Amino acid sequence: MSITDFLTMRHEVLLTILAILILIIDLNLKKEQKHYIIPIVLCLFMVHVIIGFLPAEGGVLFGGMYKTSALTMMMKNILNVGVMIILFQSNGWLRKPDNQEKMSEYFILLFSTLIGMYFMISSGDFLMFYLGLELATIPMAALAAYTHHQSRSAEAGIKLILSSALSSGILLFGLSLIYGTTGSIYFDKIGEVFTNSPLQILAFIFFFTGMAFKISLVPFHLWTADVYEGSPVNVTSYFSVISKGAASFIFVIILFTVFHSISYLWKDIVYLIAVSTMTVGNLFAMRQKNMKRFLAFSSIAQAGFILLGILGGNVLGMTSVIYFVLVYIFSNLGAFGVVAAISAATGKESMDDYDGLYATNPKLSLLMTLSMFSLAGIPPVAGFFGKFFLFTAAASGGYYWLVFIAVLNATVSLYYYLLVVKAMFINKNETPLAHFKSDFLTRVGLVSCMLGIFVLGFWSQIYEIINSLSIGITF
Amino acid sequence: MTGTIPLMYFLVISTLMFFIGIYGFLTRRNLITMLMSIELILNSVNINFVAFNKYLYPQHLSGHFFSLIVIAVAAAEAAVAIAIIINIYRNFKSIDVDKVDQMRY
Repeated sequence: MSITDFLTMRHEVLLTILAILILIIDLNLKKEQKHYIIPIVLCLFMVHVIIGFLPAEGGVLFGGMYKTSALTMMMKNILNVGVMIILFQSNGWLRKPDNQEKMSEYFILLFSTLIGMYFMISSGDFLMFYLGLELATIPMAALAAYTHHQSRSAEAGIKLILSSALSSGILLFGLSLIYGTTGSIYFDKIGEVFTNSPLQILAFIFFFTGMAFKISLVPFHLWTADVYEGSPVNVTSYFSVISKGAASFIFVIILFTVFHSISYLWKDIVYLIAVSTMTVGNLFAMRQKNMKRFLAFSSIAQAGFILLGILGGNVLGMTSVIYFVLVYIFSNLGAFGVVAAISAATGKESMDDYDGLYATNPKLSLLMTLSMFSLAGIPPVAGFFGKFFLFTAAASGGYYWLVFIAVLNATVSLYYYLLVVKAMFINKNETPLAHFKSDFLTRVGLVSCMLGIFVLGFWSQIYEIINSLSIGITF
Repeated sequence: MTGTIPLMYFLVISTLMFFIGIYGFLTRRNLITMLMSIELILNSVNINFVAFNKYLYPQHLSGHFFSLIVIAVAAAEAAVAIAIIINIYRNFKSIDVDKVDQMRY
């Protein structure tokens, strides 16, 4: 492998080496030394993130199966930053006594799914795409069932593996029909010969259904809340942010490159699903009392907003989706980070436990408030711009009614996001959660979320960088 | 070699298998049987890929490769799913999906 090839696929190669290295290091650690794995992994992953940012040309490898460009590298770097924050935040939870012996498993499973997402994002044909998708979902089920002595965790695991296996089965059936009608599995070739014959449209619908399961769009969202509630908090934040972000990236790429010839058709489907996803996600989020379940429905509603950018169907749409996912990573990880810190320190996860949190833990409450504002899209913070660009993209495609419905939904979502803020600042509570101090690494993770929420809101260059990269891709 | 059995027969079989799999997944209450239904779905996909490749595009092999990889991935999926099912059995003393309902609306 020459140095240019290495630079082209350095994300995948380095992370694979890293995962194997963790296995070897873990073998050589004695039982009471196991906790050294956390700083080792953090340092190694930090190096990986930095190497990921090195400038490199895109390229095509393995005869067109693997394609990467500056845009996909940008996507991978965004995911890297999110995973870095999650690793910081999971420190407190991993150091608990029952996780002592299986710390390294958490890292290996997490990195395996991340490798799968890398391959999925830079796939050039459906075979690589399918492999990446499965590598990204199968270890995820093991992660969901990580605390194996808890029945809820096991339940989350089985619900995730069964629904994702069913969805990839449906997706695969669609792929087999696409192969049968076009004779190719390469994105470029299929994009050239794809027409609107009935069998191909059927194939597309199967494919769309499978992908909608993965991103948890509304008629296919029923697994989401249960899996999010049952899994450990840090794993949940990984599901809702990184895996959803990666799946939306590849979804946009495939819709724009492979299925562009039937875009008049999928735009109608996406329209309907966007409306139902936003509305149902919002309505169900209102009545949730468990914080993880609440954030699960809020993440379903946010996925509906992502569809708005897809409908734009141009460079603006692509840019707005990537920018929104970047903003969403920071705001949602801020919220999940607070939930994880409180859950690790006290074991409480219900919204009623958050009553009067400001009196005892003002800093955590402040970060939670900022994240909620960012998720709801209130101007000074980054979330506003994320939503704003998505709405602009949809409006540029002429979908004014959809934008109107989305604005209504954003207003409705403000209600339940502010419920959390109200609980922390206004609700009276005789016995609020006791004051606690998180460990150093968790605080680093939380502070970087807070910085991200602010910096992305005020530093407009990042949007222009993404935009300049998006122009390069051809639809 | 080809031509004795038309392609249509394979497609009918695979479509039937696919929908039997979906039906089984939705109606069966036993986790292992649900997993078997998923295997049916994946095997119907394999039949599709191999049949399309053999009859329509014999000059390439991508359909065969795809079905080989689907088999391998299905094995990995089944391994993880069965491991979780064993864990479910230890926690719930049952592998009936109706019993695994701690979390719902």
